[in-house]
Amino acid sequence: MLELLKGHYAYFFLMLLFVIGLYAMMMKKNLMKKIMGMSMVQSATIMVWIVAAFKHGGTVPILDRSIPVDNPDLYINPLPHTLMLTAIVVAVVTLGVSFALVISIYRNFKSLDEPTILKRMK
Amino acid sequence: MNTSNIPVLIPAVFMFAALLVPLVGLWKKSLSIYPALLGSLLAAWFSASGLMSTIEHGPISYHLSGWVPPLGIEYILDPLSAFICLVITSISTIVIFYSRSIVRFETPEKEMPFYALCMLFLMGLTGMVMTGDFFNLYVFLEISALAGYALIAIGDKRAPVAAFKYLTLGTAGAAFYLLGVSFIFISTGTLNMGDVASVIHLVDHTVPVMIGLSLIVLGTGLKMAMFPMHAWMPDAYTYASSAATALIAPIGTKVSAYVLLRIMFDVFEPSYSAGELPLAQIVGYLGAIGVIWGSILAICQKELKTMLAYSSVAQVGYIGIGIGLASPLGFIGAVLHILNHACMKACLFLISGSMRFRLGHSWIPKFENSLRITMPWTAVAFVVAAISMIGLPPTAGFFSKWYLALGSIEQGAWIFLIVLLVSSLLNAVYFFRIIEKMYIRPQSEEMIKAQDQDGTPVWGRKEAPWSMLAPVMLLATLLIVLGIFNVWIVTNFIEFMIPIGL
Repeated sequence: MLELLKGHYAYFFLMLLFVIGLYAMMMKKNLMKKIMGMSMVQSATIMVWIVAAFKHGGTVPILDRSIPVDNPDLYINPLPHTLMLTAIVVAVVTLGVSFALVISIYRNFKSLDEPTILKRMK
Repeated sequence: MNTSNIPVLIPAVFMFAALLVPLVGLWKKSLSIYPALLGSLLAAWFSASGLMSTIEHGPISYHLSGWVPPLGIEYILDPLSAFICLVITSISTIVIFYSRSIVRFETPEKEMPFYALCMLFLMGLTGMVMTGDFFNLYVFLEISALAGYALIAIGDKRAPVAAFKYLTLGTAGAAFYLLGVSFIFISTGTLNMGDVASVIHLVDHTVPVMIGLSLIVLGTGLKMAMFPMHAWMPDAYTYASSAATALIAPIGTKVSAYVLLRIMFDVFEPSYSAGELPLAQIVGYLGAIGVIWGSILAICQKELKTMLAYSSVAQVGYIGIGIGLASPLGFIGAVLHILNHACMKACLFLISGSMRFRLGHSWIPKFENSLRITMPWTAVAFVVAAISMIGLPPTAGFFSKWYLALGSIEQGAWIFLIVLLVSSLLNAVYFFRIIEKMYIRPQSEEMIKAQDQDGTPVWGRKEAPWSMLAPVMLLATLLIVLGIFNVWIVTNFIEFMIPIGL
């Protein structure tokens, strides 16, 4: 058990972050807090990929004459990082769209509190 | 035509149309529909010729910028993806053709963003269908979802609230999907679907792969509005503009169902995702609950669009049942239902749009028998679509339920059979209620008083203009034609799609 914790503590933290984000998204009444939760969920997902790509003793995959090129253990797989660059862009765009929606909700209902908005929607 | 480029051409056509729409729209707003219509027509033509060629010559694989998979991104056109693409593009062509007057009526001054977003949405959906790469699928999922949020937000005052709800849940779904893919990637070291399929049997007993597949199913289930995760759908469909709903409702959720079919039965072995890890069964039972729950809630609704949205929850449940059966007949039923439900829901949502355009409302208690005189063709189309939703022969809706029922009998899954029968009765309740109002219910006193001023109802006086009526009638006839030719469709197309090992 201790071995599992020692080797994977980052994943446990990320799981916690993911669940906190999910809780905020589902349970909080304020729309801004929901957006914060959404952002946490996305960040946790991105971090899982980054943490998974980490390798002890590995380095960036750039040609360096002092490091032998035929040993893959000395290089970190760059694919997850590049993929997560795309995922970060997606997360930023989602944030942008959600802010635009929140602004237009505020203009229409003069509130960011979900029960109040639902009451005024009737 | 050179068919080897078709897989990438279909999303690319939509991408270029999305860029062309703002250019044309800046010059003249009313013209912005034409690039969109042209783009969808072209994509429909590509999908149709792609479907023909894959059935004759086998799947076409396109390597993006020449990188050979599994390193590069691969786009695959096989019978299943070509078929789903054809459904998406032909429905979108019909809906965009219809949308010219109603977009100007419901959301004036917003034609240009509307059509640009439509194109982006369709690009995302066709990309999801075509791609053979897990991460590329995530990117396209987000493209279509983001365009979808914006499309829903172009509606009445309450639409942004519905779009926000959809956004939070949709983002959670995409995050679940990406997390699931990360587990698969950690275990297999590859993202190409074909490559994962060839090595997955070495690691599929490990916990990370099981968790990964479950998370992927959870994420796509959220996007597909599977039963306990359908909360975003009714509001989003009710408050969005009619044209946006008619575009999103028939095809948006179906593509997620396609992703589910593809990942569960093509990438993973059916014996794994339906046997070792009973995910298909869970999807099936959730679908069965969704069928009943959605139908019951649909009966309670007074607004036509909300009712149709709840019935969408039920119809997605049928596809879930087809997946849950995990047999060739269930697969045929699910794929046929994707086609049939796309036509039925498009037809019904277009009719609700016509009613809003002409009557100013689609509030069921206000429907009266004058509708049968003032909107005769729309009423006929509604009856055909309603009969198809209930599932009476010879309309299309009957046959997909027929294959699902045959599949449940073959598997001895009696619960599914009971659910299918009960849901048909429930469907009959909520559709006959409207047909009764349209054809039999006498006019209320207020209506008669109002008519004394402008005379008795005139035949076809409030009928929708031909550009809106023609798509509705086309879809209504298509429902009957698809019903009659269902055996031809199944033997010539769907039988080629059944995954090996199912």
